[in-house]
Amino acid sequence: MGLFNRQSAHPRRSILTVVLISTGLLALSACKHDEDDAMATQAMYQVTVYNLTNGQPLTPLGVVIHGAAYSPWQLGSTASVGLETLAESGDPTAFLAEADANTAVMASTSSSNGPFGPGASESVTLSVDHSSLLQLSVASMLANTNDAFTGVSHWEIGRLAVGESVSTMSHVFDAGTEANTESSATMPGPAAGGEGFNATRDDLDKVTIHRGVVTADDGLTSSALDESHRWLGYAAKVVVTRMQ
Amino acid sequence: MNAQSRLAIHKGLRKHSLALATGLSIAFGASMAQAATWDVTVTNLTHGNHFTPLLLTAHDSSTHLFQVGMPAPLPIEHMAECGHLDPLLATAEVGAADADTIADPAGGVLAPGASTSAMLTTSATHLSVVAMVLPTNDGFLGLEAQEIPTTAGTYTYYINAYDAGTEANDEVLMTSGACSYTDSGMMPGAPGGDAGSNGTGVSSADTNTNIHVHRGVLGDQDPTGGNSDLDSTIHRWQNPVAKITVTVTP
Repeated sequence: MGLFNRQSAHPRRSILTVVLISTGLLALSACKHDEDDAMATQAMYQVTVYNLTNGQPLTPLGVVIHGAAYSPWQLGSTASVGLETLAESGDPTAFLAEADANTAVMASTSSSNGPFGPGASESVTLSVDHSSLLQLSVASMLANTNDAFTGVSHWEIGRLAVGESVSTMSHVFDAGTEANTESSATMPGPAAGGEGFNATRDDLDKVTIHRGVVTADDGLTSSALDESHRWLGYAAKVVVTRMQ
Repeated sequence: MNAQSRLAIHKGLRKHSLALATGLSIAFGASMAQAATWDVTVTNLTHGNHFTPLLLTAHDSSTHLFQVGMPAPLPIEHMAECGHLDPLLATAEVGAADADTIADPAGGVLAPGASTSAMLTTSATHLSVVAMVLPTNDGFLGLEAQEIPTTAGTYTYYINAYDAGTEANDEVLMTSGACSYTDSGMMPGAPGGDAGSNGTGVSSADTNTNIHVHRGVLGDQDPTGGNSDLDSTIHRWQNPVAKITVTVTP
């Protein structure tokens, strides 16, 4: 379902809308509370994700700027339904809706150009009131898998100076919500064209480090994947730059 | 978590990479320290591998239970091939289980995705953590002489799986008898009950007989034959295999 079959693979809302809404609200609250004489400083961050895999399209990014009280996932814990949906179907809408419902979240958005393939990159921009405690989380599905996703969580970006950039490499996680059959019926990416989200949880039901795909080339004859879909360790490079 | 502890997460990762790259641990000068408590939580990040009972021990900067790139000491061979901790607990470096040496906090194996915690009270500066990864021949997870900050906070370290280099990775499961480090080949157990049998053996020797980054397991799709008794869809992993958080209370 979803991202790979639909004409409109766009996220539900535009980046611009999110930026305007969140800055409006935060500016308002900063004025109201009147803790400082000055208004809070605006900060704008550009987040770019480079697809470092050989054969895995990355689905539209779910990008969240937040405080410490929001957690997109925790290793060893159960994935939220929003994360499950992102990791199984590639659609970040429910993941971002969960974030927006959390009071520790300052801004969220998704990338707007659909899935991006090996060698490609995708960027988004978010604006928030600056705080030294700002954190960034990013999630994106590896489309030719059952429920693998890559990303970063709780990445501290609040101490970046304007014009400064930092980068990291992101591991691949197994959402643990769908058995890794690698069958064509169960993976939404172009290698399979199968199902996206399925509410059934028939796996470990804990987020872990992904053990990789086995593929038909390595003896799993029921797999729709071949050796080109494997990865080792990292799937993406994430760069965040404070623009303002 | 405070800002400082977040920084420590990245520091921990970098430090670990450096240790890997150089094959040496990073030793810092020991400073006089008062007793602190370290609340240590170990999380199994694998999807299909169990950890044997963990050993957590605090020590000074000159102590090394093992060193990546060097041959495995005999007590580490016992731990990595059979999960046995008694030989380590009999060494002068570790000593018996006490306030700053905790053995088997989980009360047995630690399942995929599961966590266990232990509290150490210590005036020492460094922490080492080891356990065997099952089912493997001589794979283990190791936090090697990591300096723990004295400042209050929570510090996170991600741990890779190492190959002790002491046993060929034949991926053949023992079917009877007690595990001994003198066995040639054979994995002592698969707590998930998901291993096969009659494997003819994947590898007959380790090329690198020093402690090195584990190359992972091969496995196959033949539960009653093939080269390996492991299942390629279950028992493989990618690093890191464990997360260790240490909450320091001075």
